[in-house]
Amino acid sequence: MADNKFAAYICSGCGLGDKFNIAGLEKVAKTEGKMTVIKTHPFLCNAEGVQMIKDDIANDGVTHLCIAACSRRAKTEAFVFPTAAVSRANLREGVLWIVAEGSDHDEVRQEMAEDYVRMGCAEIKKMKVPEGNVKESSSKRILVVGGGMSGMTAAMAAADAGYEVVLVEKTGALGGFAKNLFKRVPFAAPYAEAQPTGVAELAAQVSSHPKIKVHLNSTLAETAGAPGRFTAKVAQESGSVTEELCGAIVQTTGFTTYDIAKLPELGGGQANVVDQAGLEALAIAANGGAIKRADGKEVKSVAFVQCAGQRDESGTHLAYCSGHCCATSIKQAMYFKDANPDIDAVVIYDDLRVPGMGEDFYRSAQQKGVIFTKGKASKVTGGDSCKVEFKDLILDETATVDADLVVLATGQVPNAGVNLDEWTTINTAADGGNEEAKQQRTALESTSVLNLAYRQGPDMPQFKYGFADSHFICFPYETRRTGIYAAGPMRRPMDMLQATEDATGAALKAIQAVENVGLGRSPFPRVGDLSFPTARLEGCTQCKRCTVECPFGAIDEDERRFPLFNEERCRRCGTCMGACPVRVISFENYSCDTVGSQVKAVNVPDEEDEKPRILILACENDAYPALDMAGMQRLTYSAFVRVIPVRCLGSVNTIWITDALGAGYDGVMMMGCQKGDNYQCHFVKGSEMAYYRLSKIGDTLKGMGLEPERMLTYEIAITDGARVAKIIDDYVAQLIEMGPSPMKGFG
Amino acid sequence: MTTANENAVAKYKNNFLKEVEATVEEGHWVKMCMQCGVCAGSCPFGPHWEHSPQKIFMMIRAGKREEVLKSDSMWMCTSCYNCMVRCPRELPITHIMHGLANYAYRLGLSPKGQPNQAIAKLFWDSALKYGRVNELKFSLAMYFRDGFVQGVKNALAMQSVGLGLVKAGRLNPMEIISGHTCKDTSGIHKMIAKAREIEDRRRGLA
Amino acid sequence: MTKKQYAFYPGCSSQKGASAANYITSFGVICDKLDIQLNEIPDWNCCAASIGYAEGGELPRIVMGARNLALSEQHLPGQDIVSGCPACWLANREATERLQHSSSLMAEANEALKEVSLNLRSDFNTKSRHFTEVLIEDIGYAAMKEAVIKPLAGVKIAGYVGCQANRPYGIAGESFENPQYLDKMIETCGAEAVPYDQKVTCCGGALAFSEPEKAQALIQDIVGSAYDHGADMIVTPCPLCQANVEIYQSEINKKKGTKFNMPVVYYTQLMNVAYGGSIKEAGLDGQLIRAEKLEKIAGK
Repeated sequence: MADNKFAAYICSGCGLGDKFNIAGLEKVAKTEGKMTVIKTHPFLCNAEGVQMIKDDIANDGVTHLCIAACSRRAKTEAFVFPTAAVSRANLREGVLWIVAEGSDHDEVRQEMAEDYVRMGCAEIKKMKVPEGNVKESSSKRILVVGGGMSGMTAAMAAADAGYEVVLVEKTGALGGFAKNLFKRVPFAAPYAEAQPTGVAELAAQVSSHPKIKVHLNSTLAETAGAPGRFTAKVAQESGSVTEELCGAIVQTTGFTTYDIAKLPELGGGQANVVDQAGLEALAIAANGGAIKRADGKEVKSVAFVQCAGQRDESGTHLAYCSGHCCATSIKQAMYFKDANPDIDAVVIYDDLRVPGMGEDFYRSAQQKGVIFTKGKASKVTGGDSCKVEFKDLILDETATVDADLVVLATGQVPNAGVNLDEWTTINTAADGGNEEAKQQRTALESTSVLNLAYRQGPDMPQFKYGFADSHFICFPYETRRTGIYAAGPMRRPMDMLQATEDATGAALKAIQAVENVGLGRSPFPRVGDLSFPTARLEGCTQCKRCTVECPFGAIDEDERRFPLFNEERCRRCGTCMGACPVRVISFENYSCDTVGSQVKAVNVPDEEDEKPRILILACENDAYPALDMAGMQRLTYSAFVRVIPVRCLGSVNTIWITDALGAGYDGVMMMGCQKGDNYQCHFVKGSEMAYYRLSKIGDTLKGMGLEPERMLTYEIAITDGARVAKIIDDYVAQLIEMGPSPMKGFG
Repeated sequence: MTTANENAVAKYKNNFLKEVEATVEEGHWVKMCMQCGVCAGSCPFGPHWEHSPQKIFMMIRAGKREEVLKSDSMWMCTSCYNCMVRCPRELPITHIMHGLANYAYRLGLSPKGQPNQAIAKLFWDSALKYGRVNELKFSLAMYFRDGFVQGVKNALAMQSVGLGLVKAGRLNPMEIISGHTCKDTSGIHKMIAKAREIEDRRRGLA
Repeated sequence: MTKKQYAFYPGCSSQKGASAANYITSFGVICDKLDIQLNEIPDWNCCAASIGYAEGGELPRIVMGARNLALSEQHLPGQDIVSGCPACWLANREATERLQHSSSLMAEANEALKEVSLNLRSDFNTKSRHFTEVLIEDIGYAAMKEAVIKPLAGVKIAGYVGCQANRPYGIAGESFENPQYLDKMIETCGAEAVPYDQKVTCCGGALAFSEPEKAQALIQDIVGSAYDHGADMIVTPCPLCQANVEIYQSEINKKKGTKFNMPVVYYTQLMNVAYGGSIKEAGLDGQLIRAEKLEKIAGK
């Protein structure tokens, strides 16, 4: 510590100097914050102010600085001091802008500001500058798994950007599902006619690209390692295995069509009832001429049944909409109309869903005379003369359509590999010695795509219906395996245009990953973060909570069963730190101490002061910005709260809460992202973990003689500026009603 | 001799949509309906008809020829054009409904004694006779369309209104003897006869 | 100053002694003040209106319009056709656009027009316009306001646009659901346009005759809402709306026990009074329900 020099820089600009007693803040920094250097500047973020700090670092040996000015989310480009540890006391968005106007509030406003200075000074004393861990040998090659439309697009995007690509394709040819299409739904103006698929041309480009290495008839026998150092064992059909070193992986393993045989009520399995893939085969055979059935008879009338085995509410078939099938049926009906306008083509639909420019395509089919009937098919009879019985949803009656051929628009079933929930159950039983489970595990693992050598299972976690989990709203290609990206219909149902867009996005994410990982930086979402977790193993009890709770499977166990961090897989969320009961896990710049010391630094008023004190632990991704937003909108909330940003609610260690309540705080508010199926947590499971952990804190509170309402959790979205202000005021009112914490004075 | 209706049935067989496209004003738009139902919710006489435009269009596609042509729905059109301006597919719904009404009427399938059909015919007859509409004769004809006794009742019921209009100079009782008229009424009659002849030929109604 | 010249198509209801005679009367002072000259198309015939569909069919209806267009081209070349009646405007404009759009329809129409020794050139480009369009587009709100000498201060008005003055063509730049032009015109006269949720409700149109119950239910809403919003009177740009909404109030009172006595006047009557016109010049003596507030100002 001898070399450390601590400095506080107080800004009096933006009106801070008018509303605060700056001398008071300086005094707090000096006497309580124990800062060596204390400087006030009227415009700290301007060139002169920033230069003043830089000079102090360069000439005066300042290593740790607390900037008491605006929110840590503001002026991020001005306040960059890579060699120094920096904390920020949020006096502007956090105090000046949210405390009610008027001299009545001068006292609480000043108290709040002084507390934030105390907290900033306390935090900086516990922080270190992250040193980072540059990996010279990190691989920048990108492995693409699956050679369909998505895979070929991802490979081309990465290769054209200058990255070497290894593409592994299970079958003997590139092209995937798309190579068996006669034409594709239009993707360019005027969106009126089906277009050539372009698959063969793209496959030729991929095959001849100097930066792309293609393995056909190949699967992945094992994928081990971490971003920047994945080793993939590529197994050829012949049995030979090649090892490929890669930095990131894009998985584009597509979909399988829903098995038509599972739809006997809709004629599945009967003659002249085909699915859309079957119709494509007939169209390819006809090659623009008259489309003939399997028995050679020319089709004069055709009926398309939409949502066949999809959007099923009975639980028997697919519950979801596959998105592409309406446009596909429109395209296929046009095959008939274009060959012969006199052919009757009827599309029986419930809701015609044509995303993108599909509405123009739909209109074009209507112009060509395709009949669209809003109805729900109940029964299809195949054979020489097929019949579709349906409920006409406009005329509210049952009706029948006769046709030579019936096409069922079935859905997409994702090929995302092993369901990890299922695998985990079987794996636990197998590890326990259950022989049957061992066999099941072997069988299950044989269906794996990636065969990841991760303790968390052989494939990426899935969300619903077998699609790969991805942050649906904000980061669609991110999976819960760092450096492995999902694109195309294995991620969610989609059409070809969406799949190609998806693939391009995933390729860019893979590039971002290999570049950051090589520099020892977090790839996502704390892009560029050089910190990473370390564990003080001598204190570790080998409870495994960190390995289990890590949402990204970053933590393995070493041979002595201590946690072994795969730094490159880590997203720096701190969920491991929150999970650790003995608090041995920490980051250089974020630890139980950096937050705990802030909790302790706050001046908690006595009972007689009648000023409740409330701690807010706010997720830095959504809740903290929402609080800033409240300030920017000049909304007011109670000056009795003290906010500490956390990386994720998952990183919250319960010691902070018990420490706060033990010190006489009247209440604790936990603000994190939405959890559950529609989660918005940037770390997917972080907020869910936190809620789970905190649900068990009630007994601890009871033991302290505290009401359970002294600690509440809230789901806050980034747009909740107004809501969050109201929530705070309501909670403060509730606490005033409850009376002061019985712990006051004992702390 | 076969009727126009029999001819149409023979010509278009079971393809009513094709028949509508060939014979009904703006009928080629029917296939472009996307069944959203905005028209149904936009009609001021919404509660009073049996089939919304949406249903009529669906029935046409389903080949329900008799049901469509005998429906009273088209006759409930006030010509407010609300359905037409709201239609997201920009179908000229008002014109199609008028066209269907006209076609049904010309085939002799439209509902008999439908009051709005009667007024539409009276209006046209009045307009054609003198080239301009004679409001008094038009109103009297309307009141008396159900016979003399009912007509007197109808006229008496609206007597105060009529007298008010006369007093206000907005209804001229002398119109019963001589009203406004075009000079070239005979030319207009010939012109319209010609137009009708051309159109009937085109629609197969000749 | 030279007057702006227009071919004028009065329409059946606006003839002398017809139901909208007072509407045309009220144009006089306005045209004088704003230098507008309306030249009646010689021997014009009925526009065929929308209701003509049943007996008229498509071509005969269009041909009725075509004759008016041809007469106007022949006698008043280069002048836009202006009508005060939205139904006439709609029918004439529809005929124009349909004929311009379809060469086969044009050929058929010309075949029929031969019977009256008229012809439409394939490139005829006469515009059919409503009188409000002339006021708004050619004169402008500012000039309309400048001509006011007796602002209608304190008069609260529900601007009832109705159907065919608004749909399917309407005034350029206005929305079908909530057109503003009538309210603006009311305000140029110094009156107050009250909020009015029945602004574009159908009055039943021609079916007011044949479906009295159904139409009167709509009219009850139209008048009722004007009362609810504190209007002294309803103002409309349409003769059929004016007639239906004014005439049937006494019927509704009889059947529904309401006490409706809401004057329904034309926007031109407002302007006429604001421009200094007398009760007679403004056609206010033609009201079944007298617009006392306007008469008071006109009588000053």
